[in-house]
Amino acid sequence: MISPWRKLREKGILGMNQRNADFIMPYNKRSHYPLVDDKRATKKAALKANIPVPELYGTIEIEHQIKQFQQLLKNENEFVIKPANGSGGNGILVIAGKNPNGYYRKANDALISQDEIQYHLSNILSGMYSLGGATDSAIIEYRVKFDNAFQTISYRGVPDIRTIVFRGLPIMAMLRLPTRESDGRANLHQGAVGAGIDIHSGKTTLGVCHDSLIEHHPDTGARIQGLAIPHWQQILEMAAKCYDIAQLDYMGVDIVLDKELGPLMLELNARPGLNIQLCNDHGLLPRLHQVENLDSIPAKAQQRVAMSLDIF
Amino acid sequence: MKDLQIKVIAALLVIAATALVYHKNTELGLPLLPAEMNDVWTVEARISFQANGGPAKAEFYIPHKPPGFIKLNEDFISSNYGLATDYDKVNRKALWAVRRAYEKQVLYYRCEIAFDEASYQSRLQPIPSYPSRPVYGEPHGSAIGAVLEEVRAHSADTITFTRELLLKLNSPEPDENVAIINKAGIGKAEWVRQVINILAGARIPARIVYILQLQDRIKHGTLVPWLEVYDGKHWTAFNPVTASHGFTPNTLVWRVGDDPLVTIEGGQPAQVEFSIARHSRTKVSLAEQWAKQVDSKVMAFSLFTLPVHTQNVYRIILLVPLGALLIVVLRNIVGIQTFGTFMPILIALAFRETQLLWGVTMFSILVAIGLMLRLYLERLKLLLVPRLAAVLTIVILIIASISILSSQLGLDRGLSIALFPVVILAMTIERMSLIWEEHGPSEALNRGIGSLIAACLGYLVLSNETLAHLVFVFPELLLVVLAAILLLGRYTGYRLTELWRFRAVLFSNKNKTNNGDAP
Repeated sequence: MISPWRKLREKGILGMNQRNADFIMPYNKRSHYPLVDDKRATKKAALKANIPVPELYGTIEIEHQIKQFQQLLKNENEFVIKPANGSGGNGILVIAGKNPNGYYRKANDALISQDEIQYHLSNILSGMYSLGGATDSAIIEYRVKFDNAFQTISYRGVPDIRTIVFRGLPIMAMLRLPTRESDGRANLHQGAVGAGIDIHSGKTTLGVCHDSLIEHHPDTGARIQGLAIPHWQQILEMAAKCYDIAQLDYMGVDIVLDKELGPLMLELNARPGLNIQLCNDHGLLPRLHQVENLDSIPAKAQQRVAMSLDIF
Repeated sequence: MKDLQIKVIAALLVIAATALVYHKNTELGLPLLPAEMNDVWTVEARISFQANGGPAKAEFYIPHKPPGFIKLNEDFISSNYGLATDYDKVNRKALWAVRRAYEKQVLYYRCEIAFDEASYQSRLQPIPSYPSRPVYGEPHGSAIGAVLEEVRAHSADTITFTRELLLKLNSPEPDENVAIINKAGIGKAEWVRQVINILAGARIPARIVYILQLQDRIKHGTLVPWLEVYDGKHWTAFNPVTASHGFTPNTLVWRVGDDPLVTIEGGQPAQVEFSIARHSRTKVSLAEQWAKQVDSKVMAFSLFTLPVHTQNVYRIILLVPLGALLIVVLRNIVGIQTFGTFMPILIALAFRETQLLWGVTMFSILVAIGLMLRLYLERLKLLLVPRLAAVLTIVILIIASISILSSQLGLDRGLSIALFPVVILAMTIERMSLIWEEHGPSEALNRGIGSLIAACLGYLVLSNETLAHLVFVFPELLLVVLAAILLLGRYTGYRLTELWRFRAVLFSNKNKTNNGDAP
């Protein structure tokens, strides 16, 4: 009987302490965090580098602007409200349409009044969802119309693809599928399903929900394994390219697939979670060490992706 | 490289601390364990007053040969004042004087006393004359007369008479005569004076004596009035409330008589506060004397040189790093989630006063009620800061209500709820309700229970007497704690909860080959 500690080590599982002490702290410069933490700055930098992102309708920075939030929408009835400095998917409000009686409809079909939206905006501004509770801004952006490829395995909400990028090389990826429990959000700790993606083929492998392995989506019942992710090559390149704008050696890139616009970069994460290891049934450590031992990293994103495909 | 640095620093810290502890333990004889000691008390009176600007004089009664104690030493701390002491066969007085005194003046009297059976002497002085019978007004006169008559019938001598009288006056179901007499609050000086006045009706000499109840870690103590009667040979003490005979063991007789405790000339009336602390002073004070003889610099900078009041504060503060170390272990090695990093330690400090069971119960009740009200507040759509302020106010109201309720029910422990850190509680409730809404009740309860477990473990650490003694007598041990914290700061192993989190990996039978494993 080997100790569970040793077994995890042998499997190459990266733990929270080691992630913080050996990768985030030495590799990620603190001065590069603001660009990642502030979604507006991320968007701006991404557009400059020709990385497609969901269109920004507007930002709300002071309480006074809240009343006029509808003017920013340019007649769009579908939109997403996010805190600019939010974390962990908190404070995101997805509006899927407007009813003739003036109420808005949330992604889960619940109705929400204009007042309630304004209250939510005000909560965002007062810093309820921001890191450290500092005052924040709210952004209103395009609501992604998700690709039909995922229709069978997601329950209301937009699935996204999380890729861990280390020194500019995509090293592991997963598809995050909303469930009824996660209320349309794609965050694993809120109950979403994570499905590992084989970096080579771009096909889903295992599914994981709440730390345990599953084969079928808990709400739709569809099989998770073996689904080919459309535009896979492009997604990998986008993820690798994000390294150029963020300059963080260890980060997570979240990409969504839009029915019409293709892959869009949603956000970057300087402290990506560890569950990705479960659904890939593979620890991050061996891959991280391999990339650590590389002598030189190509400057071009395409070459880095090629390198990744070569190694893994 | 960093790891090596940390290891070197940690090693140096541990070596320095061990050397100091070894020196203090073997050379100076400071005890490593708090046990096996005679009670030694340090009592400190702090007299503060506003001076008028001219010459100032202060007269203050101080104990003289208190029965049952020996005085190890005493100190008068009074920067530029001239000092004299005066003894009039009954009481001792300290007389301080200064030519010019401005603004706030603080004088200290400090003495160390040890319990000593042999110094229980009969109290003989002064021999009083028999008091003349006072003229009582009506209807008092007849009531007192009737009471005295009845007490006399039930007693044999002065001692039994006094006890009988006190029992009667303190009876929870007073008869009509006693009801007429009883006006002053039971136990106050007023009350004792009245008893003396009634005893004079039976021509029994009696006097008021002020005592100090010795209890560890008292910061704002006051003197308590006591009763002494003269039975023709010596003075005998009575508890004016319970009528029990003699002084209880931890009673320090401060002075006799009813004059003001302190008189100030050239200033505003003074405030007097007593601090009391119990120490391992028998050995420690021996060690101190020894240290003075060998001129030890180590002891010259020890915490024992601080005023008792401050010492008591440090006894608690020095334990906090141990709590912090516990939190580091719980969070980084075990992986327990808590609300706020050090919130459990503050709660644990409150538990020290409330005791564990009461603390946990009251904390749970408080958070549960707070959470319910907070979830209702959510509907009112308040802005963040006003909402926090509202939660804070609600928390304080709940605490006050629980105190009142438990006082009505006679549950004294319930009163200690006032010691809970209210701001921290309000923040906890706020965060808990956010998590409740965002991640569901199970996550919120999970963290709430995590915090509670951390607080309970923190309580076990913070209330451990041996640890408290060790860090106070050997504060350099905190360097060892610091070393441990630094070392844990570079712990990159798995947290215990991660073993559970990655259990799917542990139990998967598939032996996947790590095709890319670096050699």
